[in-house]
This record gives sequence, structure tokens and C-alpha cells, in this order.
Amino acid sequence: MAKVWKFGTDVDTDQIVPGRYAPYMLKENQDVKDYAFIEARPDFAQNAQPGDVIVAGKNFGCGSSREYAPEALRRRQIGGIIAPSFARIFFRNAINLGIPVFESSEIVELVADGDEVTLDLENGRLLTTNETYQLPPLPDFAADIIKVGGITKYVKENGRFPGE
Amino acid sequence: MAQTLAEQILSHAAGRAVAPGELITVRPDVIMAHDSLSPTIIKIMRERLGQQHVADPDQCVLVMDHVAPASNVATANSQNIIRAFSREEEVRLFEVGRGICHQVLVEEQLARPGRIVIGSDSHSTSYGAVGAFGTGMGSTDIALAMGTGKVWFRVPESIKVNVDGRFRPGVDAKDLALKLARVMGIGGATYASVEYHGLEWLPLPGRQTMSSMAIELGAKAGIFPPDGEVAERFIVPEWLFIDPDATYAQTITINLDELEPQIAVPHSVDDVVDLGEVVGQDVDVVFLGTCTNGRYEDLRIVADLLQGKQLAPGMRMLVTPASRQELQKAIADDTLNTLLEAGGTLTTPGCGPCMGRHQGTLGEGDVCLSTGNRNFKGRMGHPTSQIYLASPAVAAATALTGKITDPREIKG
Repeated sequence: MAKVWKFGTDVDTDQIVPGRYAPYMLKENQDVKDYAFIEARPDFAQNAQPGDVIVAGKNFGCGSSREYAPEALRRRQIGGIIAPSFARIFFRNAINLGIPVFESSEIVELVADGDEVTLDLENGRLLTTNETYQLPPLPDFAADIIKVGGITKYVKENGRFPGE
Repeated sequence: MAQTLAEQILSHAAGRAVAPGELITVRPDVIMAHDSLSPTIIKIMRERLGQQHVADPDQCVLVMDHVAPASNVATANSQNIIRAFSREEEVRLFEVGRGICHQVLVEEQLARPGRIVIGSDSHSTSYGAVGAFGTGMGSTDIALAMGTGKVWFRVPESIKVNVDGRFRPGVDAKDLALKLARVMGIGGATYASVEYHGLEWLPLPGRQTMSSMAIELGAKAGIFPPDGEVAERFIVPEWLFIDPDATYAQTITINLDELEPQIAVPHSVDDVVDLGEVVGQDVDVVFLGTCTNGRYEDLRIVADLLQGKQLAPGMRMLVTPASRQELQKAIADDTLNTLLEAGGTLTTPGCGPCMGRHQGTLGEGDVCLSTGNRNFKGRMGHPTSQIYLASPAVAAATALTGKITDPREIKG
């Protein structure tokens, strides 16, 4: 079972990883994955487990294009991110990194911080203790990129970009 | 077929007419990476993609601006990796001190009307000021672009912003940019290309101020028609023009006759109010700079208000010019000297303290009045610090009194 980490609306990438913890600023033995939400929500940095799910309000990931924000979440092996909407650069970065992202306006109203859930990626569903919710599918090309593990693998395997 | 500016630029690159919603793969004219992300980009290109060399050195440009000069051993070592890469790959590198990527690419005319410029920085929408399709992307997209020479896009819808009238005294492009954030919200233009109409009279610096903040609306691009000063200074392709029959997803109208000085309060860029609502707020430090307001014209506005005067006791003012060229203009007349005489301090042309990494990081409880473009919680330093965003004129007036002040109240 995975745990839900609930966030509000307009969570910006400075919250996800502040600039002073960019890989560029870190020493050799430090990893950006330890700085996810380090100031905005320190218990996430300490306790988030592989497979945990982030559920947030609208416009998740707004602000800076810093890819190390979703990359930190990927390294924490976050199971997926569900929000009514995403900022476009973050959305594209997350897909590029192979992080499952879902645009759903209902889920954020239906789960609470700390809820135990199962994210069934195979069938595109979120299971809570009482209910099963179908998650809206991504456009085919985005689903294909995530399935293969990110855009770099996609380009290497297909020899082209989506839409090429 | 009637097209918006974004559609024209992407169609030109695709070699055929493209419409919103289509996926296309094109060759970007310029691929820009700055010091903060280049080491990661190089690694992704060489190790994950398996391409040892850039596809075309002429497409690529590297700029040292985010932590310039290096603030610690980690950034210094990273910068040396970038320098080695630029030598090996024969890719143009703009060194520490040259300035902010978004300013430099316009000065060098690497960004110009009709071009596609992608950058490893969300404020790459800035290139729209010169009629280019400028957009920010993550490290992986930039690495793949450098390694393959190509990038994929979803063609965006376009939103038209119609501006009527002229700025009243004490009001400028920054106030208009903040007003747009107020009206549209930080997700109001998500996935869209914003097109600015009615501003043929607006000189280039004001266009840069506005285009730099297109991303604060969530926009993919923020493009000005290549007219006015841009048409005088740049070559404009004949296929790039405003077509009155083009279709826009939305039209927003702003009347400058009604525009008061605006200010974004902590901690969101779209949390904008009329300046009058927060005058009197104590401020610890004023920051004059960034790709939004670090040009000579911005420094000049401040110098005019500070002429012969001193900063308020306990106030500090950081001046970070957007580029060496802008700094040199401020040195050539008495602009820089006026700022220094008043008590201001100069830092290296570059991003400066904007991201809370160096050259003016904010401490616990610090309140900053910034001419920058972002005031997210903790962006410039401690999470309890607070950032207000406003125009250079408001910055100057605030520096004089130590509190947020309406510049129109400052007597000569």
C-alpha cells in the first residue's frame, strides 16, 4: 500500500526543490532526492517511501523549468502524481522522466493526506480503502513515453521523437 | 491561411502550415543552456542518450549567469566542466560577467524575429520580445535537442492581449506585466502562446520585461509583433506579420488609462494589488536587476529618483545589471555613479540573488522589494523571507524611504 501526500494549489518548483539545493550547488556526496520539499514540507523529505502518491490541487509544478524538481521525485521513486492540472513545463519534464502523471479534477477532492492507496498503473486506476477510481488516460504519445521509461529511452528505441 | 505569430514561426520551421494541437518535430535555431544545468545536460546527452557530440555546434550556446562568478567549489568545478565541453564541441560560451542568457541572446541577435529559441530556463519566453518563439524546457529536452539537433512541440493555441492607451506617469511595462498576472492568474495562459497587440510604440526593454513574465502566466511563449523598435534593429522575415484574420483562443483587453502602479505580494506572482494597498510596509533590501528589469533603462529610472539623495538608514540596494553592455551604458553617463553615491552596491551582471543562491541571499524574516519576476516562498533565501515584486520606480522610492512607497510621491 502506498501513502498519499496531499498538497495545495499552485505548488511551484521552488517548493519542490529550492534553487540552493540544485545538483549544481551540491557536494559530491549529496543527492537532490534528499531535498524534495525540504523546506515546504520537511516530513516528505524524511519519510516519503517508494510508491507513495502525490495528490495536489491545480497547476502543480508551476514556476521554474528546473527538471531536478521532478527528478528528485523520480529518485524518491514516487508512484505517481495526480492533480486537476499541471504547469506545462513540469508536466512535460515528468513525462520525459517516465513519472506517471494524471490529470483528474475529482481525485483531489476524494483523498486525504496520509490515506493508504494502491496506484494500478496497468489499468489506470487508483484504489482507496473503499473505492476504485478510473484515472483519465494520457494522450497515447505521452503514455508511450512513460511506458518505455522516459523520452531518452523512447528516442533511442524508436530513433525519432513523438510526432516525427 | 490566417495564422498567429506562433503558428507562423512553427509552420516556417516545419516546412508546412501547422495548427494548434498538432505534434511537430523541428530544428530549433538556437539551443541555450546556462551554467546551472549544463553539467546535467552534458551528462544526459553523453551518458543516457549516448551521443558524445552535439549535432550542430552552431545551434548551441552556453551562458554563465546563474551563479556568476562561482560561489563555492561545487559550482566552480561545474563551470570548468562546461568550459571543457565548449572547447571540445566548439560551442559558443558566454563567460562569467557577460550577463543573463536572456539579455545576451537578444544583444547578440541570436534571438531574432521568426526564430525558434529553446532554453534551459523558463524565462526563455523573453525572446518573444524580438518576435522569436522562445520557450523554456527541462534538461532532458535540451540534451536531446543538442544531441539530435531537433525538438518536438505541440503547436500551442494563441491568446491575444490587446492593450489600449499609453502608460501614465510613474507607470511602466512592469506594472502592465503584473496587471496581466493579476487578470489571467499563474495558470491563465497554460500551454498557450500569448501575443501582445497595441504596443508598437513600446521600446524593446519594455517588451523584454513583459515577455520575460509570460511564463508567470503559465504560457509556452509570449510573442511581440516584430514592429516598432524591433523592426528598426532586426531583420524581419516577410512571412512574419500580424494577420487580422488569425484565430485566437481568447482575447484580453487592458486599458493603460486605468493602470495604476502594481505590486505582487508574497508569495505568488499573481497575488497582485494596486501599490496603494501596501505602501508603508517596511523593507530591508531592494533588488534592482534580473532579465525582467536589469537593463540600462531600468537603472536610469532609479538614478533619476535617487539623484542627490541617500538610501534610507539601514536600507541596502543591490544593483545587478542584466549584462556587461547594460552596465557599460550605465557607467558611460552618471547612472551607475548616482546609484553608488546614493548607497547602492553593484554585483556581477547575471541572475544575482534572484534564486537565493548568492550575492544577496535573504535571511530569516528579511523583506525584499525586487524588480524580478518571482516571489515564491523561500525563492531568494530563508522560507520566512518575503519578496514583493514591483517596477524600478517603486524600487527607487522604496530604497529612499525604507518602506514600500509610491514613486509619484517622491519630489525632485
